[in-house]
Amino acid sequence: MEKFIKKTAIVAPMDRANVDTDAIIPKQFLKSIKRSGFGPNLFDEWRYEDVGQPDSDNSARPLRKDFVLNQPRYQGAHILLTRENFGCGSSREHAPWALKDYGFDVVIAPSFADIFYNNCFKNSIIPIVLDEAIVDSLFKEVFAEEGYQLTVDLETQQIVKPSGEAIPFEVDAFRKHCLMNGLDDIGLTLAYQDDIKAYEVKTQKITPWLFAE
Amino acid sequence: MSAKTLYDKLWDAHIVRQEDDGTTLIYIDRQLLHEVTSPQAFEGLRIAHRKPWRIDTNLATPDHNVPTTDLSNGIASITDPISRIQVETLGMNTREFGITEYAMGDIRQGIVHVVGPESGATLPGMTVVCGDSHTATHGALGALAHGIGTSEVEHVLATQCLIQKKMKNMLVKVDGKLSIGVTPKDVVLAIIGKIGTAGGNGHAIEFGGQVFRDMSVEGRMTVCNMAIEGGARVGLVAVDEKTVEYVQGRTFAPKGEHWDMAVTAWMDLTSDADAVFDKVVELDGSRIEPQVTWGTSPEMVLDVNGKVPNPANEMDAVKADGIRRALAYMGLEADMAIKDIPAEYVFIGSCTNSRIEDFRAAAAILKGRKISDKVELALVVPGSGLVKQQAEAEGLDKIFIEAGFEWRNPGCSMCLAMNADKLPTGKHCASTSNRNFEGRQGAGGRTHLVSPEMAAAAAIAGHFVDVRDYL
Ligand code: SF4
Repeated sequence: MEKFIKKTAIVAPMDRANVDTDAIIPKQFLKSIKRSGFGPNLFDEWRYEDVGQPDSDNSARPLRKDFVLNQPRYQGAHILLTRENFGCGSSREHAPWALKDYGFDVVIAPSFADIFYNNCFKNSIIPIVLDEAIVDSLFKEVFAEEGYQLTVDLETQQIVKPSGEAIPFEVDAFRKHCLMNGLDDIGLTLAYQDDIKAYEVKTQKITPWLFAE
Repeated sequence: MSAKTLYDKLWDAHIVRQEDDGTTLIYIDRQLLHEVTSPQAFEGLRIAHRKPWRIDTNLATPDHNVPTTDLSNGIASITDPISRIQVETLGMNTREFGITEYAMGDIRQGIVHVVGPESGATLPGMTVVCGDSHTATHGALGALAHGIGTSEVEHVLATQCLIQKKMKNMLVKVDGKLSIGVTPKDVVLAIIGKIGTAGGNGHAIEFGGQVFRDMSVEGRMTVCNMAIEGGARVGLVAVDEKTVEYVQGRTFAPKGEHWDMAVTAWMDLTSDADAVFDKVVELDGSRIEPQVTWGTSPEMVLDVNGKVPNPANEMDAVKADGIRRALAYMGLEADMAIKDIPAEYVFIGSCTNSRIEDFRAAAAILKGRKISDKVELALVVPGSGLVKQQAEAEGLDKIFIEAGFEWRNPGCSMCLAMNADKLPTGKHCASTSNRNFEGRQGAGGRTHLVSPEMAAAAAIAGHFVDVRDYL
C-alpha cells in the first residue's frame, strides 16, 4: 500500500449530503476486472452530459459545466470536502478506487458510511470526520477563495488552514500506523498464523459442524 | 459474567486475537463470492503467490451480470462482452482455486443472498461475509453477517480472518401486531424512515419485539437485508424454533449428531434479557402502514396515503436542498399525493423480495386480475433457480403471466441494471428492491421502493395504490 504522511492540496467542495456509491461510480463501470482506470468515470452521471459506458472515450464526452469537478478553479484537487453520510450504499471498493485514481487522497465530511470508510484506508485515502460546524466553515472558505488549499498532516493529526490555524482530527492508531508505513494488512495478519490455527483447533471441538467437509 | 447481546455473543465467539486498542482479528466461517467484487481479490492472491486459507468455507455464484431472458447458450447468452468476461472470470478463478461455484445454468445459481440461506451455506452462529453490502440479509438466521470491500475479500481468502473493531449495539424494537396488508418490507421501510439512512452507522442492529417473533424467517431476511439502508452493516434477529426449522435439511446444514449439537448451541443465540444496548429505537407495529418511497434515498419514504413533502416546510437548509433535488430528479411536485404517482414499470425481485413467500404474496393479489395498460413492462425475477422451480411447481408463474408480467430467470436484474434489464430515463418504477438512488435501476430511472404486494397492486392500477383495497 502507498504511504501517506503529509499533503498540501487544493480542496474541491461537494456540497451535498448522502452521496452514495452509485453516484461515486455508477454500476456499468463495475464490470471491470481491474483495480485501476476508474478515475475518468468518478461521479460519471453528474460529470458528463451523456451516459457513459465502460468502452466510451471519456475525453470526447460533453461535460456538465456546472459540476464542481469540471470547474477550472478545482482542477488538481486532492482533497474532497463534503457533507454527512458520504459513501452510503453499496460495498463497492470501486468507489475509493475511482476517488484515488482521480487524485483524491483525503475526504473530509461530518460522517461517512461504515463500509466506505473502511474501504478508504485499504486504498491510502484518509477519510476525516470533522464537526458539522467546522465543515460548514471550511465550505465557506473554499467557496470564498480561489485556489484554497489545506495541509493534511497524518503524523500530527492536524489539518492546517492557509491562515495557519490547525484543526485536529481523530484517526485510529492501527490504521494510522498502516498508512504511514504503507503496510499490507494481509502480510500483518499472516504474521499471526499460529493464532489462527490455534483458534481453529479450539473451535473445531465446540462447533465441529463448521469444519466438516 | 455480564449480560450479552446477541451481537456480543457472536463477536466474542470469533475473536482470534485482540490488541489493547480494540483492534481485533475476527475469524470468518463463510465467504460468499460473486462476479463483481471478487476478480481483483483473486488477482491479488495470484500476484502475491498466496493460496486460500480454507477452500471449503467459500461458495460462489454469479448474479449481477446474468441475463434473465434466454439462457440456453450458457455464458454465451450474455451479449455484453464486458459482462461476459466478468462472469467467465469468476468461473476461471473458482476452478483455479478449487472453490465451489453455482454457475449459470445450475439450478442452484441465484442472487448470492438468496442462495446462502437457501443452501444452508449460511447457518446460525456463523460469521458470514461477502463483497456486497446486502450481506446483512444473513443476520436473519442469527449469523453475524456483513458486507466487505474487495481488499477484505482477498484478506478473508488469504487468512480466513478480518481486522475489525467492534461495533456498537443498537436495538430496533417493534412490538404490537401488523395490520393485514402490512409486510416485512413496510416494517423495514418505516424503520429507515424513522432512523434515517445514517441512523445505524457504526452499529449492529438487532431487530427485536413481537413483530419479528411473529415474522417468518424469509420476512426477517427482507428486514435484515435493508439494515444497510439504515446505515448498519449488520442486521440480526435472534434464533428461535422457526430458524432451526428453516435450516433443517438444507445442503450445508449439519447432519446426525452434529445437528443435535448445533441446535443446542443455536438456541442460546439470543440477547440476554438484561443486556444493554447503546441505542434503542421503538416503533409500534400496529401503526405501520404500507410504505412507498418518493425520493432518491430510502429514508425518503411515506405511508401510501401520504403526500410528497414540500421543501418550503423544511427548516434545515441541507435537507431542504436534498428534497428539492430529489423532487426534480423524480419529476414530482411538492405536496402531490403518493397515489397520483404513475407506475410505468414494475419490478418484483432482488435479494430483498425474490423468495417464494414474496411471490406467493404478490400472486395472491394478481390472481384473476390484469395489469394496467399504462404499465409498459412488469417483471418477476426469482432470487434463485430453486425459487423459480418451486414457484412453477405451485403454478405461480402462470398467475403472473396471465396478469401480464414477464416471468424471468434468476439474478439481480433491474435491482441495479448491470445486465440488460434497465429502467429507462424518466420512467417511474414500483420496485421491490432496496435502493432508490439516482440511476440505480438505469440512468435517469425513477425508483419507488415497495413490498411485493404493493408492487402487484400498483401494476393493476397503473399508479401507486393502497394494497388493502385489493385484498
Ligand atoms: S439484488 Fe440488488 S441489492 Fe441484491 S445483491 Fe443483487 S444488486 Fe445487490
